[in-house]
Amino acid sequence: MSTGTTTLDVVVSDVVPVNELVTRFHFRRRDGGLLPTFSGGAHVVVEMRDGDRTRLNPYSLMGSPLDTREYTISVRRDDAGRGGSLFMHRQVKPGLEMVISYPVNLFSLDLRAKKHLMLAGGIGITPFMAQTSQLAGAGGNFELHYTCRTASLGTYADVLQQRYGSRVKLYHDDRGERIDLDRLLSSQPLGTHLYVCGPAGMINWVRDRAASLGWPLETVHFEHFAAPQPGAPFDVTLAVSGKTIHVGEQQSLLEAMEAAGVDPPYLCRGGVCGQCETNVISSDGKFIHNDHWLSEEDHRSGCKIMPCVSRFEGKSLVLER
Amino acid sequence: MAAKTIISRPIYGTLSPQPGKHHLFIADAEGALAITDMAGKAPPGFFDGAEIVFIPGPEAKHIAALEALKPAQLHIAPSFASLLPRLKQTLTNAHMGLRLYLAGTEGLIGQAMQAALEAGIDHTSIETEHRGSLARRMQCVHCKGITENVTTQPALCSHCGLLLLVRDHYSRRLAAFQGVCINAEDRSEIPPMEEIFR
Repeated sequence: MSTGTTTLDVVVSDVVPVNELVTRFHFRRRDGGLLPTFSGGAHVVVEMRDGDRTRLNPYSLMGSPLDTREYTISVRRDDAGRGGSLFMHRQVKPGLEMVISYPVNLFSLDLRAKKHLMLAGGIGITPFMAQTSQLAGAGGNFELHYTCRTASLGTYADVLQQRYGSRVKLYHDDRGERIDLDRLLSSQPLGTHLYVCGPAGMINWVRDRAASLGWPLETVHFEHFAAPQPGAPFDVTLAVSGKTIHVGEQQSLLEAMEAAGVDPPYLCRGGVCGQCETNVISSDGKFIHNDHWLSEEDHRSGCKIMPCVSRFEGKSLVLER
Repeated sequence: MAAKTIISRPIYGTLSPQPGKHHLFIADAEGALAITDMAGKAPPGFFDGAEIVFIPGPEAKHIAALEALKPAQLHIAPSFASLLPRLKQTLTNAHMGLRLYLAGTEGLIGQAMQAALEAGIDHTSIETEHRGSLARRMQCVHCKGITENVTTQPALCSHCGLLLLVRDHYSRRLAAFQGVCINAEDRSEIPPMEEIFR
């Protein structure tokens, strides 16, 4: 693996179906020891060796940071994706030996906050599972608002309500329940920090409302891992390593570089952390920027690309790697 | 604006209107002018949701200029100490969306920020603008006493009487610059005292 991501040899200790879309996976260290400490909101990158293909997907750790005998992640099946979640659902069984990265936290709690207001949408609940465990253990003040499509897809809603009672509020789309966001945001005591994890539309909505209601940027935290999108295949020349590589339909640019023996740094593989940022030396075609890292200006300039999630369509592309 | 020397030395900006519905201004003396200057850039109706707390000081100027902005509330206070209980009460009852603007002397900005930090406001989200005197609030690192309105270098600690070098090393927690004994090795050595933080 790469910069900042030392690997851990683990064995799958349990696989638990949670509902029709979500399955939970438990990992233990192969040598039986304790896993590294992490903080609520951290993720690990899971290596999936699927024949001659290796996929690396990030998943939030959802267990309690107070228990490092095992790590748990929950994976939502995406039938239209590039196959990572399907591989997890179909191929990963208890006893399988796997390799995962050390935990990395790009969505940590700001412990200076007087109160933590959490907003989750769908599978975006996973980092909050760990964050609420962490805060509950330390007597922290939090409130979680969780929107899901239906009660049966409210992953862990029952667990959370059982643990935290009225501190957890549920909203079901099929019952027409919706967060009264302006009211919620306007009624929070001074010193509250806001955390949001869910679909891009939800994150944008919440960030936008918070900003217009006077929440300082520093108090609004969000996490959205954009899974790499499939697209038309393209060729890339890597100037520093002197290679020309082909990026397949179902492959990300970062994965293609790795397959060619180039080892760019990365942390999130979801277009948010900025580690894999790469300079474009020349290009003739159209960039499909899917990241949340580069500014709009960077996107327009055509001088930078995030190879973990972004693609290219056109005649030629030369990158500095 | 003061020059940046060491990392902890506060840097002030220029007040600018922030989004939100509630705006709390705290200013002393010339700080009022930072507010009236900013008013030109504020959207219509901005001061309908604004409270201004102002310490005019002995010259008692600029009150009329602040009244002319027609803020929702204008509170005139004789000193920072006298407004502190009210400020703490306001911050305790406030909700997210309240924006804080501090203008005037470093002592005022620092102490108001200290109350705001305790209430959970991040210092980076506070609008500040330095106007007027450069007098410093100084903590003696030896006896921990605070001396207000220090204008000289070195300065006398008003508590233990040591002669202190007023450093740019600033504590946000104490809202004070650090003063360190300038002649600890030989007390008979008395460097000339100059007025430099006027």
